[in-house]
Amino acid sequence: MKRLDIIGKPRRRVDGRAKATGQVRYADDLSMPRMLFTKLLRSPHPHAVVESIDATRAAQHPGVHLVLTGQDFPIPFGIMPVSVDEYPLARERVRYVGDPVAAAVAVDEQTAVQALDLIEVRYKILPPIASPEQGLQQPEPRIHDYCEQGNIHRNQSYEFGKVDEALAKADLVVEDLFFYEGNTHLPMEQQATLAFIDADGKLQISSSTQNPHYLHRQLARALQVPEHQIRVIATPNGGGFGGKCDPGGHEFVVAKAALVLGRPVKIGLTREEVFYVHRGRHPVLMKMKTGVTKEGKLSGMHLQTLLDGGGYGSHGPASTFYTGVLTPVTYHYPRFKFEACRVFTNKPACGPKRGHGTPQPRFGQEVQLDKIAVKLGMDPAELRLKNVTKANALTASWLKIGSNGLADCIKKVTEMSGWKQRRGKLGRGRGLGLACSTYMCGAGVAIYWNKMPHSGVQILLDRSGSVIVYCGATEIGQGSDDVLAAIVAETLGVDIGTVRVVTGDTGIAPVDLGSYSSRVTIMMGNAAVQAAERLRTQIAAVVSETLGARPDRIVFSQGRVFAVDHSGPGMTFVEAVHAAEAELGTLSAVGSYAPPKPPGKYKGAGVGPSPAYSFSACVVETEVDERTGWIHVPKIWIAHDIGRAINPTLAKGQVIGGVYMGLGEALMEEQSFRRLPEKLSGALVHRAPSMLDYKSLTSLDMPEVEVALIEDPDPYCPYGAKEVGQGPLLPVMPAVANAIFDAVGVRVDEIPITPDRVLKALQAQDKRVGPTSFPKVPYPAPTFVLPPWEGGDGSETRRDAKTAVV
Amino acid sequence: MKPHRLAMSVNGEKVETLFAPYKTLLEVLREDLALTGTKHGCELGECGACTVLLDGAPVLSCLVLGMECEGRSVQTIEGLARGPDLHPLQAAFADFGGSQCGYCTPGVIMAAKALLETNPSPTRDQIKEATAGNLCRCTGYQQIVDAVEDAARRLKEEAR
Repeated sequence: MKRLDIIGKPRRRVDGRAKATGQVRYADDLSMPRMLFTKLLRSPHPHAVVESIDATRAAQHPGVHLVLTGQDFPIPFGIMPVSVDEYPLARERVRYVGDPVAAAVAVDEQTAVQALDLIEVRYKILPPIASPEQGLQQPEPRIHDYCEQGNIHRNQSYEFGKVDEALAKADLVVEDLFFYEGNTHLPMEQQATLAFIDADGKLQISSSTQNPHYLHRQLARALQVPEHQIRVIATPNGGGFGGKCDPGGHEFVVAKAALVLGRPVKIGLTREEVFYVHRGRHPVLMKMKTGVTKEGKLSGMHLQTLLDGGGYGSHGPASTFYTGVLTPVTYHYPRFKFEACRVFTNKPACGPKRGHGTPQPRFGQEVQLDKIAVKLGMDPAELRLKNVTKANALTASWLKIGSNGLADCIKKVTEMSGWKQRRGKLGRGRGLGLACSTYMCGAGVAIYWNKMPHSGVQILLDRSGSVIVYCGATEIGQGSDDVLAAIVAETLGVDIGTVRVVTGDTGIAPVDLGSYSSRVTIMMGNAAVQAAERLRTQIAAVVSETLGARPDRIVFSQGRVFAVDHSGPGMTFVEAVHAAEAELGTLSAVGSYAPPKPPGKYKGAGVGPSPAYSFSACVVETEVDERTGWIHVPKIWIAHDIGRAINPTLAKGQVIGGVYMGLGEALMEEQSFRRLPEKLSGALVHRAPSMLDYKSLTSLDMPEVEVALIEDPDPYCPYGAKEVGQGPLLPVMPAVANAIFDAVGVRVDEIPITPDRVLKALQAQDKRVGPTSFPKVPYPAPTFVLPPWEGGDGSETRRDAKTAVV
Repeated sequence: MKPHRLAMSVNGEKVETLFAPYKTLLEVLREDLALTGTKHGCELGECGACTVLLDGAPVLSCLVLGMECEGRSVQTIEGLARGPDLHPLQAAFADFGGSQCGYCTPGVIMAAKALLETNPSPTRDQIKEATAGNLCRCTGYQQIVDAVEDAARRLKEEAR
């Protein structure tokens, strides 16, 4: 490979100037002549039947152009084909405080708000279900009729080798209960959407969505408009973190209003409404049983999880899988079993938040390993190094791991933090904690079943020297536009300033599935490399004779095209484009990418596989005040195996940002609910639907983060680059918990770790605070699959089989 | 409601506008003057995204009524660049990763500008304190502090 000109060098991101000048046009910055404004009426009850809605007075209110209710939306939507359970406006039933029931479209927001007051809704109140435990005990009333049983949304069980046998043979078996409270994304930008009928009579919708392609499909479905009549533009998102992955009711409402009225219609959610839309981290209760030999080799794990799903399906079926499926990617478990159950409750729907379903079990796993290390008298870093998975290995659950820098991450982070010299020696009240993690570089399977590519890129070369790159990927702040421009510029050997990217637009760019599952760098990047290489091949064939070199001996670098041995003068890239355009006509190429077929063949093997996995190891230092329980974090060290950093400035920014969000989750962020007194309806309401009450870290709370990027290019990734958007968040929470143990000898087995919980643990007899019981969950009989090393072929088999049934 | 007539200075230019009297300065800027560079994250004074300079001091424009601004001077992100060239704060935010999604950026930059005008050589802690009212969900603040530090250095070099 030629020397890299752009990739790997710290650089101003391609949209850096626009962001610093306020010129980025987020969804709510858009306005159009004759634009109308929308407000949504939301349910004040957590669970009720909508008996009737009278919108007559609202519709007659001066300045009101349209009132919509559930009757206007007969077709449901849902991001996952197995959970299409939501209506843009609730029809017969509301399922959480904040569920939208009606919309008013008016000349301005003020008038729309006035109209909402004139809408009369009659509710028949149903008893709300507040927790998954309650949902298990009370199968009726059902929150959704399609539940697997009672109020259980999804119920899964997988066993890879006989885990009970493995645990029976272990020298030490530890069993722990953990709880991870829900929390929310809190992107700085509140969702906004503008819809209008364009000059050709087609519906155009600009929205703060992470996934314009899925929104496109869902709009077509729910509004019964052909897909080719809809153009979705994902405006640059002011932060996403998973919160803008699901289609939102408000997007259908303004689209419908624009179709009915033929005028531009806009909506901007208030911050309170963003808390209701939610789709954030699932609260998860976990039971984790792990066996280990006295030498510290893991022999197996049995993991049970119980998820509080909230009122709708959202990404829930995948979230449920993710509380189990990535657990064995960091360490080698010869046998592994997980059972996972998601229960509907009358709260805003939970969904994908940065790390999707995996931070919860990772917290339990990494805290439990710390406990095991203490029991075995081993250094927690040594224990982990003994068990790390290897490159190109398979897990017991048939996930194929590509490159694997976990051991390097552990070595690096312990060296940076002075782990060996400092741990246990900082004095009472101060401590160090270590934890590790991994994350996927893109989901191996699309959300809806199809055999088409996951990402497409088209490049158009212009005789001016401009390179125009089209891709459906969405810039949510993570820097995907910069990754796209850098990869194309590097491959074509041109200055990045000559590249213009056109992204997030279903009307003009090839499909990319969206900014979720840390998939964009890898999938869009591979598609971009393919497209750019095809152009290089076309051009090289044309200029080969002039340059006196075989096409495969021609190099594209720094705006020039020349023979690899520098024989002859070469030419500029623009001259080469002119020559090629003269001979071939307009120059363009497409590239696309589909992930490799996963090795697992059992039903459910589609969740978890990824073209590659990133790895992280983190050390947190804490100071704990034993009188108040106050936790101060002076410093965090983290090593992240990124394969290769395309732009180290951005990559480090993602790592620090992930650490920041993880530390917030560890110490304070919680999306929790309370019951209003019975005389005030007894409703389940948010404790904190505001940014002031929902605590997050400020600049004053944020410690210094020292970042090491471990770069061992992954062969399946573009220029070797793996994900960095989600992975670095994941080890932070358990590292904090482990550091608190090192500081004051208590175990806080739940998240967030607040001062009152630390105090409670200090006062507890067993120096622990956390869940004390796990309810009886009717998990199904497991799908039994033999691990690769026990003769399986990745298919489901009988539990008593010696080898796989072929 | 009868529209209110307001005359104020925005980014050094005299501006007159008619607007609904209940509107905040934030709404007047974004909706009546089309200056959408100033953002909103809560409209309750919690997040700092709408920070602008009012008579040189940083304020949350969502908590200031438009009517209060008669005859006063407002500076927004749109007025910061020097013609086609970026202000050192803007250049530093772009170069040091101070923006990720960029939504909090205009507010943080305005808060940082106010700091640097009163304290040209702030410590890292002083930078954190001056921007503590500006929430950012992307960066973890470290690269924001790096950017402000660098801008302070560039501005001092210019002044020399």
